[in-house]
Amino acid sequence: MAEMREPIESGVPDHVQYLHPLMKKNYGNWKYHDRPRPGVLHHVAHNGDQIWTVRAGTQRQMDVYTIRTLCDIADKFAEGHVRFTTRSNIEFMVSDVAKVAPLCDALTKGGFPVGGTGNSVSMISHTQGWLHCDIPGTDASGVVKALMDELYEEFIHEEMPNRVKLSTSCCEINCGGQADIAIIMQHTKPPRINHDLVANACERPTVVARCPVAAIRPALVNGKPSLEIDESKCMCCGACFPPCPPMQINDPEFSKVAIWVGGKNSNARIRPTFHKLVASGLPNNAPRWPEVGAVVKNILRVYKQDGKPWERMSDWIDRIGWPRFFEKTGLPFTKYHIDDWRGARATLNASTHIRF
Amino acid sequence: MAKKQHDTPMLDQLESGPWPSFVTGLKRLAKDNDMMVDLMGQLETSYKTRKGYWKGGTVGVFGYGGGVIPRFTELKDENDKPLFPAAAEFHTIRIIPAAGMHYTSGLLREMCDVWEKHGSGLIAFHGQSGDIMLQGATTANVQPAFDAFNEMGFDLGGAGPAVRTSMSCVGAARCEQSCYDEAKAMRSVVNNFLDDMHRPALPYKIKFKFSGCPNDCVNSIQRSDMAVIGTWRDSIQTDDTMGKKWFAKHGMDELVNDVISRCPTKALSLKNTQDVSKAEGISSVVLNDSQSLQIENHDCVRCMHCVNVMTGALAPGKDKGVTILVGGKSVLKIGAQMGTVVVPFMKLESDEDFEALNELAQNHIDFFAENALEHERSGEMIDRIGLVNYLEGIGRDIDASMVLQPRANPYVRTDGWDEEVEKAKQRKANAA
Repeated sequence: MAEMREPIESGVPDHVQYLHPLMKKNYGNWKYHDRPRPGVLHHVAHNGDQIWTVRAGTQRQMDVYTIRTLCDIADKFAEGHVRFTTRSNIEFMVSDVAKVAPLCDALTKGGFPVGGTGNSVSMISHTQGWLHCDIPGTDASGVVKALMDELYEEFIHEEMPNRVKLSTSCCEINCGGQADIAIIMQHTKPPRINHDLVANACERPTVVARCPVAAIRPALVNGKPSLEIDESKCMCCGACFPPCPPMQINDPEFSKVAIWVGGKNSNARIRPTFHKLVASGLPNNAPRWPEVGAVVKNILRVYKQDGKPWERMSDWIDRIGWPRFFEKTGLPFTKYHIDDWRGARATLNASTHIRF
Repeated sequence: MAKKQHDTPMLDQLESGPWPSFVTGLKRLAKDNDMMVDLMGQLETSYKTRKGYWKGGTVGVFGYGGGVIPRFTELKDENDKPLFPAAAEFHTIRIIPAAGMHYTSGLLREMCDVWEKHGSGLIAFHGQSGDIMLQGATTANVQPAFDAFNEMGFDLGGAGPAVRTSMSCVGAARCEQSCYDEAKAMRSVVNNFLDDMHRPALPYKIKFKFSGCPNDCVNSIQRSDMAVIGTWRDSIQTDDTMGKKWFAKHGMDELVNDVISRCPTKALSLKNTQDVSKAEGISSVVLNDSQSLQIENHDCVRCMHCVNVMTGALAPGKDKGVTILVGGKSVLKIGAQMGTVVVPFMKLESDEDFEALNELAQNHIDFFAENALEHERSGEMIDRIGLVNYLEGIGRDIDASMVLQPRANPYVRTDGWDEEVEKAKQRKANAA
């Protein structure tokens, strides 16, 4: 056997080598910024230096040809430096305002929408789905593509009360994260167990320990060591599926899509919030998930109409109250909206504060 | 030329529309790449059946225990042969980018060339933990692909029960709200724990995230076990010229409705300039010939709202540092949790400050490694044992900023009260 190459354990590379020269020069010395148009940021340093950033949407899962096209644009119309945002938008930095318009044109012409800044609907934070995940209830890139096609105008304009962050997640683990509007798979039936495979594929005590409601116990099924589920306890979260693939939770029909709203991580105004369940039971309808798009667009339409400047989704609902959120959006309020998990009592209305 | 592409009527529907299409990208790769031809075959099957077909396994690189996400197809015929053999192995290699995700076009081209040679040609910028995700390598090609990236100066990211790849916001490189050198802090902490990243041996994952101000653009508070968030402890800085400019453009309605009344702690007030308080902790910005906006900085909770709205006229203070929160995590197992404060404020400027940050991170990891149950995140561990026990474990004092309110129930044994009062006095004396 040939001698193996030892890794160079270099960790995080030095970022300074990749910075635009103006960012390097004014590192830590920026004074303010404004937004000349949607998709463009203009930062001014204390010494008067200026840098313009043009932000564009990408498909995140990019083929090398797309990346090279972006590099060509960076070389021809920008100054060879780019960065990515946490929502997979690409940013081009230029030192001359005259370069902004041609750069925006080149991106738009190349199929990369310029936008995602300020009070726009930015790109959807998402994960892998059917493309690469081992436990996905749905796809990620496809849901995002279908939705962003619908939300394109809101990406390239800044017409919302405040910024809108979206996420999608292919199971309840919620890798896409908290968001103003989060689209998350919600299983509605307990896992179907392939008892023939459990003994060889699963470490049973680990699986038992994984269940948040202690609904799983070891059992002998057809003479083989397996697991069984107390279906009266199971709330179909799917936590047992990753450590034990024979406990199939995904179901083409009964794994539904749920919509959650009002999450935000910024500390601005009210403290950070988690998103809350508002709709569920939507079909996992590939390739374009039209039912999901309709609910999301409707919520955005009402928020856009009713939200005041600088109100994030959570600020808006904080002002109008949840009953009016359901009323205005036309979404039905059901018993499933009333929390019964730990800490649930703190979510009940212990007051006479009611809007009429 | 690759083999003939499979019919993909479902995926084809994702080629239309104004947003960039990943399907068009996959097809272009599939023109001369059998792996992508078959990957599309499997993905189309998923779209039809609404089922996933990947399973995990064990694939890695020499010298490391994690960082590669193995994927083997489960879509097989009656003879256990893969239906889409060229994509039967489709592993992801996680690579750590530079803090702030900065690239030159030259670097991206180099990455593309390597990945075209050794992998599928599909890259995600970036995964949710902040890795460059090289998607689609055969088992045999994982090592040469990693070697090439490693020689370029890049290293493998985290996976499994390990310290994970981290993220920092753009921060000091291009943002006026930056309160510390986020990229330096991120690099310093992660590179201090590379052994815990590359050789997974912890109870479960640990994530660090670094945001330059309380806007928290990398969502550290909800997505990391240790969130390092920039803040300041003196007064908001003001600039009268820019204050007047802002007011001339936006006017009284916006000042009152969008700035003053949106302050969560009512720390802002409109004053006749001649009446602005000269007291300590007050700062103000001039709006016009007669009026100013006054800020009671001891009431301010550094939420960033007014600073965001009036950028340039208002700015974070000069005495900058960080607030550190621990225990943030997503849903499994006990439900999503946010990080909570364990360090209300610390400076992060000198080498000693960065050492102190690394010491805190080390103490956290050590305590977590010894006390967390298998598959338990640090937030769940703290939930189980209580914040006070955690703080004692990592050797930190309590602070009233760690709670929203004191206890509202009497179910606590308090026969150590006098002793605790002495400790509180001692803490106060030490802080003075």
